[in-house]
Amino acid sequence: MTVSAVRVRRPPRPGGPPGRRGRFGVHAFLLAVSLAFLAPLLLAVYASLRPYEETARDGYFSLPDRLSFDYYRQAFTDSGMGRHFLNSLLITVPGVLITLFLASFTAFAVARLRLRGSLVLLMVFTAGNLLPQQVIVTPLYALFNKVPLPYWMSDSLTLYDSLWAVLAVQVAFQLGFCVFVLANFMRTLPPEILEAAIVDGAGVWTRYRHVTLPLCRPALAALGTLQFTWMYNDFLWGLVFLSTGDKLPVTSALNNLRGQFFTDHNLLAAGSVLVALPTIVVFLLLQRHFIAGLTLGANKG
Amino acid sequence: MNRTTGGRPVTPPKTVAPRPARRRGPRRHTRRDLAVLCVLLGLPVLLDLALVWGPTLASVALSFTTWDGVGDIRWAGLGNYADLFADYPRFWPAVRNNLLWLAALGLLATPFGLLLAVLIDRGVRFSRFYQSTLYMPVVLSLAVVGFIAQLILSRDQGALNALLGRQDNPVDWLGDPDLNIWMVLLAACWRHTGYVMILYLAGLKSVDPELKEAAAIDGANERQAFFRVVLPALRPVNVIVGVITVIEALRAFDIVYAVNKGRNGLELLSVLVTDNIIGEASRIGFGSAIAVVLLLVSLGFIITYLVQELRGEQRR
Amino acid sequence: MVHSSDNGPGGCAHRAVRGVSRRSLLRGAAAGAGAVAVPALLTACGDGPGDGVTLGSNASDAVPKRAYADAFAAYEKKSKKDVKVNTVNHENFQENINRYLQGTPDDVFTWFAGYRMQYFARKGLLADISDLWRGFDGFSEAVRKQSTGEDGKQYFVPYYYYPWAVFHRKSVFRTRGYEIPENFDQYRALARRMQKDGLTPFALGDKEGWPAMGTFDYLDMRANGYDFHIALMRGEKSWTSPQVRQVFDLWRGLLPYHQKGANGRTWQEAAQSLQQKKTGMAVLGLPHPGQQFTAENRADLDFFPFPEIDPAFGKEAVEAPVDGFLMAKKARNRAAAEDLLKYLATPQAELIYLKSDPNNVAVNSRAGTGSYDALQKKAARLVSGARQISQFMDRDTRPDFASTVLIQAIQQFIGDPDDIDGLVNGIERQKKQIFAAD
Repeated sequence: MTVSAVRVRRPPRPGGPPGRRGRFGVHAFLLAVSLAFLAPLLLAVYASLRPYEETARDGYFSLPDRLSFDYYRQAFTDSGMGRHFLNSLLITVPGVLITLFLASFTAFAVARLRLRGSLVLLMVFTAGNLLPQQVIVTPLYALFNKVPLPYWMSDSLTLYDSLWAVLAVQVAFQLGFCVFVLANFMRTLPPEILEAAIVDGAGVWTRYRHVTLPLCRPALAALGTLQFTWMYNDFLWGLVFLSTGDKLPVTSALNNLRGQFFTDHNLLAAGSVLVALPTIVVFLLLQRHFIAGLTLGANKG
Repeated sequence: MNRTTGGRPVTPPKTVAPRPARRRGPRRHTRRDLAVLCVLLGLPVLLDLALVWGPTLASVALSFTTWDGVGDIRWAGLGNYADLFADYPRFWPAVRNNLLWLAALGLLATPFGLLLAVLIDRGVRFSRFYQSTLYMPVVLSLAVVGFIAQLILSRDQGALNALLGRQDNPVDWLGDPDLNIWMVLLAACWRHTGYVMILYLAGLKSVDPELKEAAAIDGANERQAFFRVVLPALRPVNVIVGVITVIEALRAFDIVYAVNKGRNGLELLSVLVTDNIIGEASRIGFGSAIAVVLLLVSLGFIITYLVQELRGEQRR
Repeated sequence: MVHSSDNGPGGCAHRAVRGVSRRSLLRGAAAGAGAVAVPALLTACGDGPGDGVTLGSNASDAVPKRAYADAFAAYEKKSKKDVKVNTVNHENFQENINRYLQGTPDDVFTWFAGYRMQYFARKGLLADISDLWRGFDGFSEAVRKQSTGEDGKQYFVPYYYYPWAVFHRKSVFRTRGYEIPENFDQYRALARRMQKDGLTPFALGDKEGWPAMGTFDYLDMRANGYDFHIALMRGEKSWTSPQVRQVFDLWRGLLPYHQKGANGRTWQEAAQSLQQKKTGMAVLGLPHPGQQFTAENRADLDFFPFPEIDPAFGKEAVEAPVDGFLMAKKARNRAAAEDLLKYLATPQAELIYLKSDPNNVAVNSRAGTGSYDALQKKAARLVSGARQISQFMDRDTRPDFASTVLIQAIQQFIGDPDDIDGLVNGIERQKKQIFAAD
């Protein structure tokens, strides 16, 4: 692949540390962009700290009389968020893990095993991912409504109106994208490594688990971050496949803060900030894995 | 020579097996290998076929019928499509907006995300702060994006009009159908940049560090080194980002839905499908016809990509 | 006791987490399949389907949720039976209604009167409760009509309603010496005068798409009569007819007196402008300005009925959407559901609800008005004096027609009021397709 092809063309190192001059400009630029990205969010957080009467009277872009975290407490209790958080985690955590596991193996098989028909397989997965979610809702609903489940799995006695339905469709729907990304990453790995393993007599599982997977860490971390965000923020699957309010994921719980007639937007902002927290935490946890390499690359002389 | 990957040294092959000796086919797999393959490859394939492709084909069939989701399904031939192209006033604006979306994400957000990733990847200080900040818009849910749009762009109470000092002659950022699409595109780019940045960061990590030095050398060479050396090495990531950009553009939904349910100038194909299929309306045949149009556009892109991929495969 | 979502099956889920140790949960999840721990968590625990009545509620925000909980608690106390409430947020509940009714619906659920109910009755998704209705007392003939399906059977138990009218602030009218307009000419003259006084005559926010529908409904009912309006909503009259054009013409004449940029403004912002005395009037439903006015300003809020246009029709029709309850055809516990519905049709049950949610009015005419505030009393008088009651555009016509055609058409009209020809032709073409569907 390209990496190994160009690797040998190492340019001569110039004297002195590279790019010192540009550093200041780069910082100024990144800082400006970061602030521009952050400003809307800070404004939302600011709004969430102010009572509705005040912002209704003075507008959102005004100085505060009073700031408090009251809305956060209220948002958490009024929307029954605790239970909905749990629902979201029950879908998202297994969802991401299963998806990454199945997708990484499929990608491994497609990209590294030279199986016949692997391109067709890749095509099926990738194209499937391009489909808009809404396309498949009605047939899936009809299907889920016909699949019976025992009571201990679903109190609706069908796959419809159970978290299983949401989990299954999340995994199936996200598989395509993950297979596609991972297959692309795996193709860039030098083939010699795998061939060495074959010579050592390693089976398919070993070649997947112990040779290929560790090399995909940055890709898996990036994908895990994105997948967690997507599955967690998704509201459509929960909306269409669940009809019991208590089973809905946290994205739908936010709608509990939105009244038929009246919506306190500051309360909604507080709720939204709470809902965003888990995705931020996951990002902070996983970003280590794709930064670790970065510092390594920069320090290596 | 040692290649450092993921912080772990990988021992290079002791002997390089001669390539022609390696034959295709399952013969080189043991029975255990085959079992592993069957289960771990069969499961995702089954899931994908049963829960994605099967329903898709069913939807294509439904697009030739009229059905309210409850009663009988009646054959309608091409009737839904005729109605869609001729009499559905929201259809063509939706197509136009989807294409605008594609252009904005592809030409603005994606290059910008790449630029940010490259700058951060050069190992500047506070890189974690920058990364986290730039990724922040991605994690936001539908509700908060809609709220933020309202907060900033509302005609009467929004921050932007206050900032511009235009309270007396306010600009109707979200209500004017000639203007609101651009505002929403800005929001879409705001989110997309984070996606692109994170993928390129992971991609740059897998590029050989020595290559990055080539890009980091001082002076006029820097840009050339980047475009000639690093960017080609990033080809797999470029492909992924390209596909994700197309997906995001064609599936775009949540921002317009949060702002005004995708009406009054903010029509998108996905919104039309939702309005007709998901909501109380239940015009399933008609909605499926819109979905099929979206499907065909998507397949156009995917086939183009796969053809290129196929050629690349042959070259290798 | 009420199994509201605070202590319903969700509580069981929490217990299940504690039951399965955290470590085994993590291990189970990490194993990829999660098969060890997840099944127990993915289901609500319990011993099997309960024997109480289940009730699907779309009242998810705090005020109505509490008000309903009070009413159900009173029923449980009285009947010694359980009511298990399944609350889904308002928007999702509506979007999901088709799938909900065909899937595993609750025995009783909250919904709306009129065509929007009849539509589902026609699809055979609702249970006939004509027998119960024979025992009901205190509902007017107009209400009974709104609770009846196209087959002449009753399906709906009405609970509360809220009228639409023209809202304003008493103090503004008093200090400036404005008179309540009786007919359309006076209405226009008043708008002109307000504009001269530097006040925007009409507040209007139609970002959500539905608020402006109320104005159309009233213009149509005043100009063409209730019967024409309802026939139009049911697809029996043409949108290209001179009557409909006249409605849009009248509206176009009023638009210069409305707030500009209505398509980008939420109705809440519009109602706030009324409270801030930046605008003079607003056509809205009782709960809308009601919830935007602070307690001290609420006494200053007032309304008058939409003025007369054609003397032949006067002001006899009032737009007053009714909310209430339905029984699903697939109800598992029919007897318990009927018992609950019987209770909910009583004036006592309605008053318990209204105690916590005072922006509505009880449907049952025997409900005492003693606990009402001035606005509620006036609303009750307005509706009881009405000869006909309409429900609101999105409740008087097919849901698919309202949500995929009319909302867009009205927003288009507000954005560009001059192309009435193109507008009504477009609506009519789409109407034919949609109403031809069954």
